Amino acid sequence: MSEPPEIAKDTSSGAELSRRALFTKIGLLLNGLAVAVLAMPILGYLVSPILRSDRGQYKRWITLGGLDEFPEGQTRLATFQNPISIGSDGDTSHIPCWVRRIHGEQFQVFAINCAHLGCPVRWFPQSGLFMCPCHGGVYYQDGSRASGPPPRGLFEYQYKVEDGKLMIEAGQLPTLSTTASLAARSRGCQS
Amino acid sequence: MSKLKQIGDWLEERLQIGGAIREAASHPVPRKSARWWYVFGSAALTIFGLQVVTGILLALAYDPSASEAGNSLQYLNHGVTLGWFLRAVHGWGSNFMVAVVLIHMCPVFLFGAYKFPRQLTWVLGVFLLLMTLGMAFTGQVLRFDQDAYWGLGIGAPITGRVPLIGAQAVHMLLGGPIIAGATLSRLFTLHVFLIPGLLIGFVSLHLLLVLKLGINEWPMPGRVVRRSTYEKEYNELLQKDGVPFVPGAIWKDMVFSDGIIVAIMACAAYFGPFGPSGYPDPTIVQTIPKPDFFFLWLDAMLALLPPEMETASLLIGPVVVIGFLILLPFLSGEGEKNWRRRPIAVVTLLLVVVSLATFTKLATYSPWSPIMDAWSGDPLPVAFLNRRTPLQRQGALVFQGKQCRNCHAMGGSGGRRGPALDSVATTLTTDHLVRQVIQGGGNMPAYGKNLNPAEVTALVSFLETLHPPNRPPARDASQAAIQQQEKPPPAANR
Repeated sequence: MSEPPEIAKDTSSGAELSRRALFTKIGLLLNGLAVAVLAMPILGYLVSPILRSDRGQYKRWITLGGLDEFPEGQTRLATFQNPISIGSDGDTSHIPCWVRRIHGEQFQVFAINCAHLGCPVRWFPQSGLFMCPCHGGVYYQDGSRASGPPPRGLFEYQYKVEDGKLMIEAGQLPTLSTTASLAARSRGCQS
Repeated sequence: MSKLKQIGDWLEERLQIGGAIREAASHPVPRKSARWWYVFGSAALTIFGLQVVTGILLALAYDPSASEAGNSLQYLNHGVTLGWFLRAVHGWGSNFMVAVVLIHMCPVFLFGAYKFPRQLTWVLGVFLLLMTLGMAFTGQVLRFDQDAYWGLGIGAPITGRVPLIGAQAVHMLLGGPIIAGATLSRLFTLHVFLIPGLLIGFVSLHLLLVLKLGINEWPMPGRVVRRSTYEKEYNELLQKDGVPFVPGAIWKDMVFSDGIIVAIMACAAYFGPFGPSGYPDPTIVQTIPKPDFFFLWLDAMLALLPPEMETASLLIGPVVVIGFLILLPFLSGEGEKNWRRRPIAVVTLLLVVVSLATFTKLATYSPWSPIMDAWSGDPLPVAFLNRRTPLQRQGALVFQGKQCRNCHAMGGSGGRRGPALDSVATTLTTDHLVRQVIQGGGNMPAYGKNLNPAEVTALVSFLETLHPPNRPPARDASQAAIQQQEKPPPAANR
């Protein structure tokens, strides 16, 4: 192999801007502009989950069923189709919740997710406790924290009774920070 | 033969990489470094290759949609010839990869290989470790079974504890308001495109640095690393006592890598693939989510951390650990490499290994979780019911029926969330027992609202019988004295 021919070096001194260097800089600037313009839609696309949340698209009123499905003084598992869902969600769009009918039209609707780390809590009517299988969180029948690592009581959905039907405002996974669709409640914290 | 050589020459004339390859293969390594201790890095690389190949093969049949993922895994397991085996190899390969990467870190740390001039190699290695763990977690999620669903269910609340931007972070992680199809899609993207792409880039850099800077020499006590002299000393060592990597050292790497591949295939053939463990249907609440093996230690820590420390630990802990790992070569870039002269390094490593092993072991039987069906599944041993009064047996019924067993073991079965109660009467008096049952406390819920007075009386009378025959039940001395005083003197009674 022969040596590659020597490429003509830019011999101009640093102080003065050669024609070639100017064009390189303009080229870079144009590339930068193109990248910036392209970045805007990409960024918007990427943060779409946040934008949709800010527009309040993550909660909707849905019906859980007629009042007669929930006997007074009992806590029952109810399931609903998550209102914020797309076709490919499959089984994950079925969401459970615990409905406690205190009396009359007074309810408490608890999220299934433990306030500690989201595992599904189970209701034990005999002892009147919700127990979590993951890290041992336990709650009383009114959802307040009884023992274990949860930092607060169970998350609650906002509910209303319309035309003899129990409705809740649901849609998003309740965590300590995403409780927008859930009733503000801190009974567990205060105890 | 000559035809083959012709083709080779034709290619070489254009590519001109033969020299570079020969140079890389025959780069000298210190003779004492051609040891079995130095085979883990190449083993990790081999497993990575295996994961890439099996991963691509699995992608031929896997359907990354929440509604179909489970079905496609069943199809892989039962419909595709040897699909189960490839799933098993990929799953076991993942476990072996995490293990080998962690093991690889140990000698590197103990032999001071992260010191000057190999700091960047170590830092890249830290990123490779994080990416390996990221692959393990996202891979588990792609199974999209019950455990995957609730694994995400745990990941989201942890993310949600980030201050200020917690909600946004959760929505970004899940790709929407809740664990659903969009969540699987983005974790699929991470597992199949993003992290592997980064891994390939970082592994290449990591390897390039090993070639450029040379493998770490066998650490000798007293041979101290100094920035000014190290490279000269290392080159002298190579000249004096170096062997070419091929064929001087590579055979050990090859033998070990082959052994690992065989071990992965053996595990895959014997134990089979992981899951799928059940439909990712959250309405099936009769489930006990468990993370994969390499995240069990985390599960244990999440259960055992005091609640008030939890958020701080979850958010600051990783920053501290990763920060320490990244800063390590800059904090101690020079000095002794031999472990005999670095007691703190040895103790640190032992502490980490023992802690992780202990947490992992604990998490395999998670004593902090109530056993959800102990009350209905584990009958009380007959010994606790023999020669008891009807009231005491009624108490035993209350004990069983009110789910006390879910947290309290009796006769070795039942939950371990609370203490075993086989001999509770030797430590708690009647009054203590009543108070504990009604008010709870010490991590026990209060049962005052859920037991009527008759049930409490029966339960406590049963609990009072729980002491070994040769040890009397606990007795409140002051209470006994008061009762003695209150009793009218026998003489006056007459």
